[in-house]
Amino acid sequence: MNTLVKHRLFWPVTMLVVLLLSNLIFTPGFFKVEVRDGHLYGSLIDIVRFGAPLIMVALGMTLVIATGGIDLSVGSVVAICGALACWRISEQGDQNSVTGVLVAVALALGLALLLGAWNGLLVAVVGIQPIVATLILMVAGRGLAQLITDGQIITVNSSPYKLIGGGYLLTVPFAILVALAVTALAVLLTRRTALGMLIESVGGNAEASRLAGIHSRRITMMAYIVAGLCAGIAGLMISSNVSSADGNNAGLWYELDAILAVVIGGTSLAGGRFSIAGTVVGALLIQTLTTTIYTTGIPPETTLLFKALVVTIVCLVQSPAFRAKVFHGRRRPPSTPAGPATAATEKVEVPA
Amino acid sequence: MTTFADVRSRLARPQQRRYLPLYATLALLALMYGSGVAQYEAFSDPQVVLNVFIDNGFLLVVAVGMTFVILTGGIDLSVGAVVALTTMVSATLLQEQGWPAFTVLPLVLLIGATLGFGMGCIIHYFEIQPFIVTLAGMFLARGLCYTIGTSSITIDDPFWTRMAQSKVRFGDNFISPSVIIALVVVLVAVYVLAFTRLGRNTYAIGGNPRSAHLMGLPIARTRIAVYTISGFCSALGGVLLSFYMLSGNSLHAVGMELDAIAAVVIGGTLLTGGSGFVLGTVLGVLVLGLIQTLITFDGRLSSWWTKIVIGALLFAFILLQRLITPRKR
Amino acid sequence: MTEAILTMTGISKEFPGVKALSEVDFRLLPGEVHALMGENGAGKSTLIKVLTGVYDIDQGDIVLDGEPVRFSGPLQAQHAGVSTVYQEINLCPNLSVAENIFIGREPRFLGHIRWSTVERRARELLRRLQLDIDVSATLGTYSLAVQQMVAIARAIDISAKVLILDEPTSSLDASEVQQLFRVIRQLKEEGIAILFVTHFLDQVYEIADRITVLRNGRLVGEHRTSELTLIDLIGKMIGKELEVLERLEDRPKRLAEDAVPLVDARELGRKGAVAPFSLTIHKGEVVGLAGLLGSGRTEVARLIYGADKADHGQLTVAGRAVTMRGPRTAMANDIAFCSENRRTEGLIEELTVRENIVLAMQATRGWTRPIPRRRQDELVDKYVKALDIRPPNPDALVRNLSGGNQQKVLLARWLITEPRLLILDEPTRGIDIGAKAEIQRLVAQLSDGGMAVLFVSAELEEVLRLSHKVAVLRDRQLIAELPNDDSLDVDRVMETIASGAKP
Repeated sequence: MNTLVKHRLFWPVTMLVVLLLSNLIFTPGFFKVEVRDGHLYGSLIDIVRFGAPLIMVALGMTLVIATGGIDLSVGSVVAICGALACWRISEQGDQNSVTGVLVAVALALGLALLLGAWNGLLVAVVGIQPIVATLILMVAGRGLAQLITDGQIITVNSSPYKLIGGGYLLTVPFAILVALAVTALAVLLTRRTALGMLIESVGGNAEASRLAGIHSRRITMMAYIVAGLCAGIAGLMISSNVSSADGNNAGLWYELDAILAVVIGGTSLAGGRFSIAGTVVGALLIQTLTTTIYTTGIPPETTLLFKALVVTIVCLVQSPAFRAKVFHGRRRPPSTPAGPATAATEKVEVPA
Repeated sequence: MTTFADVRSRLARPQQRRYLPLYATLALLALMYGSGVAQYEAFSDPQVVLNVFIDNGFLLVVAVGMTFVILTGGIDLSVGAVVALTTMVSATLLQEQGWPAFTVLPLVLLIGATLGFGMGCIIHYFEIQPFIVTLAGMFLARGLCYTIGTSSITIDDPFWTRMAQSKVRFGDNFISPSVIIALVVVLVAVYVLAFTRLGRNTYAIGGNPRSAHLMGLPIARTRIAVYTISGFCSALGGVLLSFYMLSGNSLHAVGMELDAIAAVVIGGTLLTGGSGFVLGTVLGVLVLGLIQTLITFDGRLSSWWTKIVIGALLFAFILLQRLITPRKR
Repeated sequence: MTEAILTMTGISKEFPGVKALSEVDFRLLPGEVHALMGENGAGKSTLIKVLTGVYDIDQGDIVLDGEPVRFSGPLQAQHAGVSTVYQEINLCPNLSVAENIFIGREPRFLGHIRWSTVERRARELLRRLQLDIDVSATLGTYSLAVQQMVAIARAIDISAKVLILDEPTSSLDASEVQQLFRVIRQLKEEGIAILFVTHFLDQVYEIADRITVLRNGRLVGEHRTSELTLIDLIGKMIGKELEVLERLEDRPKRLAEDAVPLVDARELGRKGAVAPFSLTIHKGEVVGLAGLLGSGRTEVARLIYGADKADHGQLTVAGRAVTMRGPRTAMANDIAFCSENRRTEGLIEELTVRENIVLAMQATRGWTRPIPRRRQDELVDKYVKALDIRPPNPDALVRNLSGGNQQKVLLARWLITEPRLLILDEPTRGIDIGAKAEIQRLVAQLSDGGMAVLFVSAELEEVLRLSHKVAVLRDRQLIAELPNDDSLDVDRVMETIASGAKP
């Protein structure tokens, strides 16, 4: 029992389950999943379907955070890729041409890779702090997206494209399949190769990793490239679901939701150990929170308030200083003056 | 990497290095203004520059607050949301509750400062990264906005309309009262940073927090103070924005935190903290404003080019910063 | 004799699992420079931290100026008259010289800082230290020596009874050291008691009036500098190993040397780290690096591995010239390196024993070719057994292992890569005696099996027991290379370290 509580997915999963159960009070048939017109329907399915883009973005973010970095530009990348794909499709004569859609998707994902590589270059090679480096693309990216859409909202009417975010394959929403596939791929990529371990090593102790001969630049680059690609896929899902691309608002604040999902999933912002399963649970938790707020009739505008609350709680719980002060405060011997002053002085290293 | 190091050592005339980004910004500003004047006849009208101030007074105030935070090596992502919250609270209280203007004003300023104070406390005492704390602050402030209301509220309070419509004239040209408020904020900030202990401690913490601690400087007080100042400046910026727009809206100032950060960085303040000037931030805001003006004058370029150009400038200046600061091992 | 201004008696301090100080007495006399000497882990830094209130004291008394004191932190200590200037200068490089001296206590008028007064007083103060510089210039633009002096100026302006200088000279060049010493002498004449921590023996004899030696957290003795010869000082610092380690069977003292050495460093050097040195290491040979802390022994090890880039000289491995581009080049040439700081530069603490062990091998293979799980298990099992790593659980987090077991994990990481040269920097520091003997035995075995080992240790006996050849370092220079034959003993190595010293 104790080991179960100590498992690092225990709390996120418990929160998710509690949140799901609480929905039963308001929506008795919340857990009902049925097949209608050959499609799976139900609140649970919706949560996963609408949560799929967030899962994508959060997956990439997990790897970046594990290297000790952060990627603020994912929201912009979402907008750019959606915009590029929709623009390409809207330009072609037959919007329903499968090849045309495939070309558009390939173009968009190629660009996502490129944007990820740009971030990686700034962080790993030029050596700019990750927050700052990715801020550049966060700012400029919105402009690029609007440049592609020419400031308009591009609407497409393409059934092959609609499939990605809004369609069904074998009764299951296609977005869920994509999310599953990419998650599986991410697990394979990090746990079946040595990539995961090397990322954790670089994020855990960069200098020790260098001395152990790890190409930390290459590993960091890779994390940002994957993050770009994942954001690109999310961009396709979002724009496909609404059949339009909005350079201004698509993926707005996605970076924040993604960071939140990663942190809830138990990956520390300081880098090192990461958990893909945790991130998926975190993303689902956020999506469930949003859905719950809608179904319970609480004004949807308050979602952000709840998110603020969750971020604060999760970060406080993760913060060693907070734990020291709140949970161990009374156990300290009285001779040690409490407060940040002592905490800070103890960190002062005086070499022997 | 060697080339990078070479360039850095060539730039290593240390006394000048601190001012290098500032000179670069000045040169850029001159270049932009010059090209504007050369291309468009109407550009030489001094009112063009004054309009830049009028249109960006609120941004200037917010960016000044951000300068304090960035000087300590921190960052405040909540400013845009606090600006929006201020416009929203002001509009609701004035229009729907019928509160008098002079009760609403101090109240909204207090709300901004309190939010900043709270974030500062969490950042300092629980040692959580500023960006994540202010991110939560941003969610909180935007969430409060939406809770108050999702539609735009027009303000027709007499004081607000007077502030919006009156012009301070000199000769043929004019500015708005908001510009004067913004400039007063700038002057106060310049004074505080240069001549008070709070200001000097801000630089010291940005330069080396550990040293600052060992030298006995009041780190907790200073760090909390800068976030409080930033919160206050955001609220004041929100008031100025509501003068300018005569409305409260939850969607006001979306992404303003990025503009403010960009202005500070382009103004030559190092994102790692410890070096920079409020006057640089003024130049940074002017650069952003002039970009918009040039794009408007051009007429062919669309508004989103502003963001792309700002992004490019951010890149250039961050690269410049990277070149002039020694790499920490 | 004058009254001591500061006396510490019976000071004890224990950290979980380590007795850092036991029953240490220490005193400082006004107008004297008192050197505090000792090797790593001797307790010097703990003593200073206990004095300035960074740590609580478990036992003992501190009396300052006749009053019993116990400080809650460096600031309170400073206000009471005990100031510390650290090696890494604790000032703000982005502020002006004058401001660094006065920040936090600037002369003000109605809250307005009077910069002219600040600068005038800074100028006067620095002139007292015979330093005539532009006080309005940014501190970071001056040399480290000047910055050090500014730190001292700040310290003595705040209070001037006791000044602690913690390794102030480690990054200064010879002329800068002289400049600093001039200031120290002046302060001494003004009656300030100065506690001076350094690794440079020449400097101790040049400036210190009195020496206190600590070893393993205990007081070895307090002596007047004039009454303590250099060789005695070294002896006291290093000590004779009291524990009887399991005897290793007599090491073969002579090797049939291959004509071509495995590693041949020619005039390898790096500015500010170690002067150009030449060193050869043959297959199956254990080369010991002897020298005191700060003598450059770690720097030699790091240069050969490429952890730091050499800016001078050439490294040849098995007859082939190698351009060192970093650790990966070294690894490609089968050179392995265990850093002395196993927690910050060696292990990834949040990863498991298994992951830490396979890390270097995985790094050479690249991320696309993971080591198959079965092979990992084989390797890890083999080394967990061979090195007796406890707990023998490959999935335990390295963070939770004891020091000795962590060291073994680090060793295992490199052993599975089957290096030709293994560089060990203080592999036995801070680990228990049993693990220590095991590691020594392992080194002997490896060398018998044909691996070359570069062995760095603060303990001369250990170096002598294991090495075929001992290279002696002193003040960042390789000063001698001694074959480990019957005539070589600890005393001779100490003499070599001492020789060439000025007194």
